Amino acid sequence: MNANWFKFASPATFYPLAGRLIPWFATGAAVLALVGLYIGLIAAPTDAQQGDAYRIIFIHVPAAWMSMFLYVVMAGWSAAALGFNTRLSAMMAQAIAPTGAVMTFIALWTGAFWGRPTWGTYWAWDARMTSELILLFLYLGVIALRNAIDDPRRADRACGVLALTGVVNIPIIYFSVYWWNTLHQGSSVSLTKAPAMATIMLTGMLIMSLAAWFYAIAATLARVRTIMLERERGAGWVATLREVRTA
Amino acid sequence: MNATASTFAPEPADMVWPAIRWAVARDLKVALRSRAELGVQLLFYVIVASLFPLATTPERNTLASIGPGVLWVAALLASLLSLPRLFAGDHADGTLEQIALSPYPLVALVSGKIVAHWLTTGLPVALIAPLLGLQYALGGEALAVLVATLLIGTPILSLLGAIGAALTLGLRASGSLLALLILPLYVPVLIFGAGAVEATRTGLGASAHLSLLGAGLLVACVGAPFACAAAVRIALD
Repeated sequence: MNANWFKFASPATFYPLAGRLIPWFATGAAVLALVGLYIGLIAAPTDAQQGDAYRIIFIHVPAAWMSMFLYVVMAGWSAAALGFNTRLSAMMAQAIAPTGAVMTFIALWTGAFWGRPTWGTYWAWDARMTSELILLFLYLGVIALRNAIDDPRRADRACGVLALTGVVNIPIIYFSVYWWNTLHQGSSVSLTKAPAMATIMLTGMLIMSLAAWFYAIAATLARVRTIMLERERGAGWVATLREVRTA
Repeated sequence: MNATASTFAPEPADMVWPAIRWAVARDLKVALRSRAELGVQLLFYVIVASLFPLATTPERNTLASIGPGVLWVAALLASLLSLPRLFAGDHADGTLEQIALSPYPLVALVSGKIVAHWLTTGLPVALIAPLLGLQYALGGEALAVLVATLLIGTPILSLLGAIGAALTLGLRASGSLLALLILPLYVPVLIFGAGAVEATRTGLGASAHLSLLGAGLLVACVGAPFACAAAVRIALD
């Protein structure tokens, strides 16, 4: 097979492809979320220790996974943008950042709502919570740097350097926060001793994670389409689009 | 200009050391011409550290337990405040462009600037810290470890901060943006720096913290100048 792997590296060819993919991923996200929420909120039994409060993990855990994973994906696109100097890679990195920040925020917020009934506090300086908070700052830093630079090409490369610096630092930050936390064993609560999980709960969580994946892909593709239109508004292929001509 | 190629191409070793030496000497000369500015930065460190007892309590045990953290956070803020000086002046009058155009490797020139920045900001902070530590009722051994952590840790702050300073060169509200970009990256230095002093105070021993800080310094020395040189080229494009 002699496929041209770079065919879709151009905004002109990727724009319609993204447009065709978005409905599939969006529908997939909705269906998976409905199934996952049914399993999580109705089918799964009430937890013996935590009562019904535990059910927030069906949102919390997928959001937390996505928040970390999306940063790595963003750094990967940034590396591709810096290495190959491709426009689309940088646009993808730009499009992922807000979704990642939202996922981080959801993880922190639902974590606080989970913490209140289960350990009696909205916030503890637990290692995971603290590093998640710092991850949110890293996302906000990338977004703020992007907004502060008017020239999109300079913004692409500056955010790329920042995202790569961040991704090198994330393991170091996590390790340092973890170590700091274990040295300060105060009144803190341990999140690490998760009780063995029933299969149905695990199934619900995995389905919700897939839903989060699909949502993140659909949201990123939708955002990258608007970024393409905005940046390439002078290009010939934009002028030939049906939605542009009728508008 | 192909930034990656010119930044990472192997350079003859006999061009690296003269470039570093020149940049250190030149930036030191520029910094020492405005001694008042350096004094104000050091004063900032002293004043921030003096505010915490007023905000909390003059009780000696409490002060000793928050002292290492306060002195380290103040060092972070002092470093942050001094970072714009690293490139902004040279950027405004066009010197930075000439530096980037020179045949000497930009990584070496940037490294020299970072060394000079540390000598004029991090080193004074480390040297004045024992005086402030005394005000926080820290004992002799803890004071020695405080100076040691600042001597190892503040170069990391200058190295990481230089990346942020180059990225925010010439931007609107670059000062607060710099804080948002750089302070999260400073977290490990803060943890190990303040943690070493705290561990000494409570009798645990600081060697693990100091080793990790040293490892962080080595990693930062290897990686940060390249990222910083790339960021300078981006800012100049």
